[in-house]
Amino acid sequence: MARLKTQAGTADHAPSETSEQYAARVTGHSRSFGETHVLKSIDLEISPGEFVVMLGRSGCGKSTLLRSLARLDPSPAGEIQTSGRASVAFQEPRLLPWRRVRENVELALLNTSQRGSRRELAEQTLAEVGLTDKVDSWPRQLSGGQAQRVSLARALVSNPSLLLLDEPFSALDALTRIDMHQLVIQLWRHHSMAVLLVTHDVDEALALADRVVLMDQGRIMHTWPIDLPRTDRAPSRPEVAGARAEILQALGVQPLPRNPNRNPLGKQGAA
Amino acid sequence: MALMSTTSLAAPAAPPPTQARRRRTSPPRLSFLRRWVSPIVIVAVWQVLSSTGLLTEDTIASPAQIATAAADLIAEGTLQSAILASLQRVGIGFLIGASIGLVVAVAAGLTRLGEDALDPPMQMLRTLPHFGLIPLFITWFGIGESPKLALIAMGVAFPLYLNTFGGIRNIDQKTTEAATAMGLTWSQRIRHVVIPGALPQTLIGLRQSLGIAWLSLIVAETISADSGLGYMINLAKEFQQTDVIVVGLAVYSLLGLATDSLVRFVERKALTWRA
Repeated sequence: MARLKTQAGTADHAPSETSEQYAARVTGHSRSFGETHVLKSIDLEISPGEFVVMLGRSGCGKSTLLRSLARLDPSPAGEIQTSGRASVAFQEPRLLPWRRVRENVELALLNTSQRGSRRELAEQTLAEVGLTDKVDSWPRQLSGGQAQRVSLARALVSNPSLLLLDEPFSALDALTRIDMHQLVIQLWRHHSMAVLLVTHDVDEALALADRVVLMDQGRIMHTWPIDLPRTDRAPSRPEVAGARAEILQALGVQPLPRNPNRNPLGKQGAA
Repeated sequence: MALMSTTSLAAPAAPPPTQARRRRTSPPRLSFLRRWVSPIVIVAVWQVLSSTGLLTEDTIASPAQIATAAADLIAEGTLQSAILASLQRVGIGFLIGASIGLVVAVAAGLTRLGEDALDPPMQMLRTLPHFGLIPLFITWFGIGESPKLALIAMGVAFPLYLNTFGGIRNIDQKTTEAATAMGLTWSQRIRHVVIPGALPQTLIGLRQSLGIAWLSLIVAETISADSGLGYMINLAKEFQQTDVIVVGLAVYSLLGLATDSLVRFVERKALTWRA
């Protein structure tokens, strides 16, 4: 198991000290659909304020686990514990097309005990994701990236202690995705909630995570803590490249041999 | 905020709001006017044919004669009371049928049990040609108001049922799931997801239902009536008053057009999110 440790003090985010020991705790969680065992006794703990990225091939069970944490799937008592509110953003924005952008965000506050008016909170959160000018738009008037920002705002507005992101950027173009990575990190720093992001994009995992967790066939197979500051995760960095190769190998992908004569400039700048 | 800078890549993809607004206001008004152009042209051609003697009064009265007859009928109060009686009939029949169609559609659309219990009989019944049921309705209800109301209600219930049921069932499951994940309760999901989501299809059903309601009214009143537009037409038939017959028919079609326009107006107001 690789451990990418620089010095402890250089990590760019220290989990906030709260009385809760965990934001989410999964203990011996299994799930099967008929004869298919999708999750096989999963144990996973997410600390408050921790950014965990879960990697895995399609069908490995990562989305099922996320749905369990979101309480969208029934699970036996005690297997899934979350402290405080958990909210979700999905791969598709899933906005209500018949509600304006602001109303879509406001709806997430209906059953919360937020102080202040729902309208103001929604507008504040939309400002945070950079959509002040789209507050009164209909969802159909938004681009894919903008719709996904609304979806993020909707997940954030209720001030969750755990944000669950189910491949939220996989349908976006590469440039918008980089924007969204930066936005998510900014929001995470500002709100200091724990994040569990599910993806199959190794580079996304390396750019965002405090900890990368690899799932395969319903089990958690590997864990890589990433202790490098996020500003210092250029793919060319030996630690990052090493972890990337290791993760790809664990996923069963053999990376192409690098051409030593090629200037790797084109692969920089994602983080 | 500093985060604003990150929006720059996504921004050009959105349409400028002024363009969208312009697109929304002017053409619907035009199309509303356009709907009246062809009926007016037809009436004009018809008047020309009558004035030149190509159409005799025995076959059909001229628009001018029909207008005179209409004025007389209005002066006597005959037309108003006939319209009122017919409107009342179609209104009551529609309300009964629409209530049944909507209630059954909601019950079948929201629960699996409801669908299993209600959808098969509805699907079987809807294949019955409902005008074919007239003899049965007369046997059951006699020849008073009841068979007429039953005929209208029967015609209204099915299109509204089918479209509302389909509208509820076609709501994207993922949207509903997102609402659940947001913590919306059952009644909040009904209000914010199911009703607005099923509304477009329900309004299509409403338009179909209203069309059938008028058709059923005409058939019912033509068969037997002691009041209403159909009664007025039947009476005129006895005296070969083609002008009065046409007044009755014109009122039927104007009323049909009016209710259809009303629903189209509601559609435009309620479905701005689709544009």
